[in-house]
Amino acid sequence: MNVAGLARRTLMVLGLPVILLAAWWIASAGSTSPFWPPLSKIVATFPDVWTWDRIVEDVFPSLARLGIGFAIAVVVGVSLGTAIGLMPRLRALSEPVLEFFRAIPPPVMVPIIAIFAGYTGWLGKIITIALGCLWPILLNTVEGVRGLEPVLGDTAKSYHLSPWRRFVFVVLPGASPRIFAGARQALSIGVILMVISELFGANAGIGAAIVQFQRSFAIPQMWTGIIVLGLIGVLLAALFKAVENRMLAWYLGQRQIERGE
Amino acid sequence: MTSSPATLAPPARRGPTARTRRSPRRHDVWLGIAGVAIVLGVAETLSRTGIVNPAFLPPVTEMYAKLFELLGEGDFWHALGLTVRGWAIGLAAAMVLGIVLGFVIGSVPFLRAFTSSTIEFLRPIPSVALIPLVVLLFGTKPQSAFLLVVYAAVWQVLVQVLYGVADVDPVARDTARSYRFGPLRIARSVIYPTALPYIMTGFRLAAAVALILEITAELVIGVPGLGREIGVAQSSAAYAETYALVIVVGLIGVAVNLLARLVERKALWWHPSVRSEHS
Repeated sequence: MNVAGLARRTLMVLGLPVILLAAWWIASAGSTSPFWPPLSKIVATFPDVWTWDRIVEDVFPSLARLGIGFAIAVVVGVSLGTAIGLMPRLRALSEPVLEFFRAIPPPVMVPIIAIFAGYTGWLGKIITIALGCLWPILLNTVEGVRGLEPVLGDTAKSYHLSPWRRFVFVVLPGASPRIFAGARQALSIGVILMVISELFGANAGIGAAIVQFQRSFAIPQMWTGIIVLGLIGVLLAALFKAVENRMLAWYLGQRQIERGE
Repeated sequence: MTSSPATLAPPARRGPTARTRRSPRRHDVWLGIAGVAIVLGVAETLSRTGIVNPAFLPPVTEMYAKLFELLGEGDFWHALGLTVRGWAIGLAAAMVLGIVLGFVIGSVPFLRAFTSSTIEFLRPIPSVALIPLVVLLFGTKPQSAFLLVVYAAVWQVLVQVLYGVADVDPVARDTARSYRFGPLRIARSVIYPTALPYIMTGFRLAAAVALILEITAELVIGVPGLGREIGVAQSSAAYAETYALVIVVGLIGVAVNLLARLVERKALWWHPSVRSEHS
C-alpha cells in the first residue's frame, strides 16, 4: 500500500459523502422554504442547540434508558432462549406463543405498558425498550442453541462437565454468532423505541427534544436534532460492530478459512 | 466462491428419518396448542381473581368478545384495509427501489466501492428520526407513513441484493459475456437467479420492518389505520378494545411472516435449500 493507493482509498470512502453534502449545501443555499432551511444555517445553529448541558439533560438519559432496556433484554433473552433451546418439549410448547409475540410490532406495546406503568417516568420507557429488544435475541438464541454440534454436547457430558460449565464453555460460545445476529437486530429496534417512547410521555430525552422543536416550528433546530439522532444510530452501530469483531474474532476467522479467503 | 459443488450435491436421503419424525411432529402441534391455552388460561385467571387489576388487564374472554364485536363493524375493516394498503404500497416501492439500485450498484465495481461508505452511514440512521420532518411535510396524510416505511425497508432489500449480486459466479458471468449477452440479458439470466435467494431474505426482513413503521406512523403521527385506533382506544380508557386491536395487529404480523415465508418458497422452488426441505 503506497501513498497513491491510500489516497485512492480515501477518495473512495469520502468521495460520495462529500459530493452529497456539497449538493445539499448548494441546493439549499438560497432556500426560503421554511421546511428546508439552508444547510449553512443548520450548521450555524448546531453549537447553540447541542450545548454540553443539553447533551447531559437530553442525550444521556435517552442512552441510559436504551442501555438498561437492552441489557435486560440480553440477559432475559439469552437465559430463556438457552433453556428453550436445550429442551425440545419446552420449545414445542412455547413456539406458537413466541411466534405471536414476536409478530406484534413493538411500538404497539406502548399503549398497553402505559395502562400499567404510566408513561411519564423511566419505567414505562425501559420496559418498552426491553420488551422490543427481547424477541430477536430470544428467538436467535433458541436457534443458535439448537444448531449446536451434538458431538460437542456429548463430549462435554462424557467429561462430566457441570451444567454451569457446559453453559459457559460449550453452549454460550457455540450459540454466540446467532446471539450477536439477534442483538444487532435488537439494537436497531431499541433505538427506534428509544425515540418513540419519548414521543409519548412528556419527559427529557432526545426524541422529546426534537418533537418540541417541531411543534414550536424551530425548524433549523429540529434538523440539528435529526442529525444528532442519525449520528447516534451510526455510532451505536459502529460500537456494536467493534464489540462483535472482538468477541467473535475466533468465529469470523474460522469462517474466512472455510471460505478459503 | 467455490460453493457450487456442495449446493449441487443431491439432497441427503431422508426417507427413514422423515417417517420416524412424523409422530413427534404431531405431538409438537398439540404441545403448541397447549402452550397457547396455558397462556390464555393464566391471563384469564390473573384477571378474574384480581391478582392483576381487571381494569388494566380485562379477562381474555372479554378481549375476544370485543374482537368479535369489532369484526362486525365497518370502521374496523376500513382501518384494517388502510393499514394493509399502506404496508403493501410502501413495501412494494422499497422492493423495486432496493432491487434496481442493488443491481446497478452491485454490477459496477466502481459504484460499489464508491457508495459503500455512504450506505454504511445512512443505513443505521433510525427512520423514526424522520418523524418530525414528515409531520411538517404531510401531517397525518398516508404519505407520512409511506416515506417512513420506504426509508426503513429499502435498506434491508438493498443490502441483501448487494450481497446477492456479489455472490455471482465469475465464471458464469464471463461465460455469458463471451457469448455476447447484453447487460439486460446478463441481469436476467445470470445475476437474477443468484441474487433471488438474497432478494427473498430482504423481502422477509423488509416485510416485518414495513409493518412496524406503518403501525408506528399511525400510532405516533395519527395516520389513519389500526395504529391510530389503538391510540384512541387507550386514551379513552377502552382497554378491552385496546387489547383486542393489539391482538389483531399481532395476527397481521403472524400473517405477514407466514406470507413472506410462502413467497420465499414459491419463488425458490428450484433452489436446493427449499428442495431438500421437501424431500
